[in-house]
Amino acid sequence: MNWQNLVTIALGAILINNFIFSQFLGICPFMGVSKSTDTASGMGLAVTFVMGLASAVCWPINHFILEPADLVFMQTIVYILVIASLVQFIEMFLQKSMPSLYTALGVYLPLITTNCAVLGVVLQNTQNTYTFIESVAYGITGGLGFLLAIYLFAAVREKLEYSECPKAFEGFPIALVTAGLLALSFGGFSGLKLFG
Amino acid sequence: MNVKQQLKEGLLTQNPVTVQLLGMCSVLAITTSLFNGIGMGISVLVILTLSNIFIAALRKIIPNKIRIACFIVVIATFVTVVDLFLKAYLKELSASLGVFIPLIVVNCIILGRAESFASKNGIGASALDGVFQGLGYTWILVVMCVIREFLGSGTFGGGLLGEGGKGITLFPEHFAMAGMARPVGGFLTLAAVIAAMQYFLNKPKKAEKKEEVAK
Repeated sequence: MNWQNLVTIALGAILINNFIFSQFLGICPFMGVSKSTDTASGMGLAVTFVMGLASAVCWPINHFILEPADLVFMQTIVYILVIASLVQFIEMFLQKSMPSLYTALGVYLPLITTNCAVLGVVLQNTQNTYTFIESVAYGITGGLGFLLAIYLFAAVREKLEYSECPKAFEGFPIALVTAGLLALSFGGFSGLKLFG
Repeated sequence: MNVKQQLKEGLLTQNPVTVQLLGMCSVLAITTSLFNGIGMGISVLVILTLSNIFIAALRKIIPNKIRIACFIVVIATFVTVVDLFLKAYLKELSASLGVFIPLIVVNCIILGRAESFASKNGIGASALDGVFQGLGYTWILVVMCVIREFLGSGTFGGGLLGEGGKGITLFPEHFAMAGMARPVGGFLTLAAVIAAMQYFLNKPKKAEKKEEVAK
């Protein structure tokens, strides 16, 4: 296992190809759950956890079941079912063993099923033919990138509540403009060259 | 629920993108050329209509507790059908939309319409709802594509018209704002489109209020 490879994947997923700002995956929870930094960080952590776990579970399924059986065309259906049941399972597990974390995550946990970042990361793992360790690393660091993005955005949005803007832009549009400016600054990382 | 009202809701007052704020990811990501926009719009329209029809037909059989899982299986099936169809017949489109075709599974528009409309209404009404909501999604995509393509590369109809599918050049490319084709442009254009929609949708209400005050 090449550590340089892992560092490349990690930096790529967090900064250069950030899931929100350059790949547009997971915009719905990014916009919906970013009104305060507390809920934003909770959501970000939950997503990181699920993305890592989903990558770890889907890799063996793809490698040992779908590919030998020549059923790769079924992967979208299989992956979404895996993710949905995984989220359900995590929910039951947390409810029993860590009730405090469960109440903190609240409604965000079931919402993760329809987060396109989770399905996106699994599909990309397959597309890029990552190894098991690379897949898990990409899942976790991709989630960390999501956490960074949603936390920064929520921090800006908290301030935005108290500022005035044109009437037509009130609410959602001004939040999009903010996200655009954040995306612009993250665009600066695209020039970063790694080990090349 | 009549047809005219459904059409108006799908295109304007309950537009899936600008009013219900669903399905943002694909709207931001793929609106860089007209070809992508129309292709994505039609794919979503077809999947939405088919899954609406199917879910409306099955709505009395599906148990309430596991309905979301059932909806997702139905939607994923149709997404796979469309994905394989595009890979076989429209390779270029499939390549440029990439991961966003399989991601239609988790596009909130489709699950949202299944939950809020198709699971409560008949087959005919649900089919119409699918078509109109799909059209509402498509026209926003097309508007975004036209704006971003024009400002970002100075062309119109990229992937469809012009020599080699590069689009019709309206002004030389070195005058264009490359940022509009990048993620920033997506966010800013969508912000402007939604703001414009909010402005025009709120206008009639203001006019009514003024009349009331005048009376």
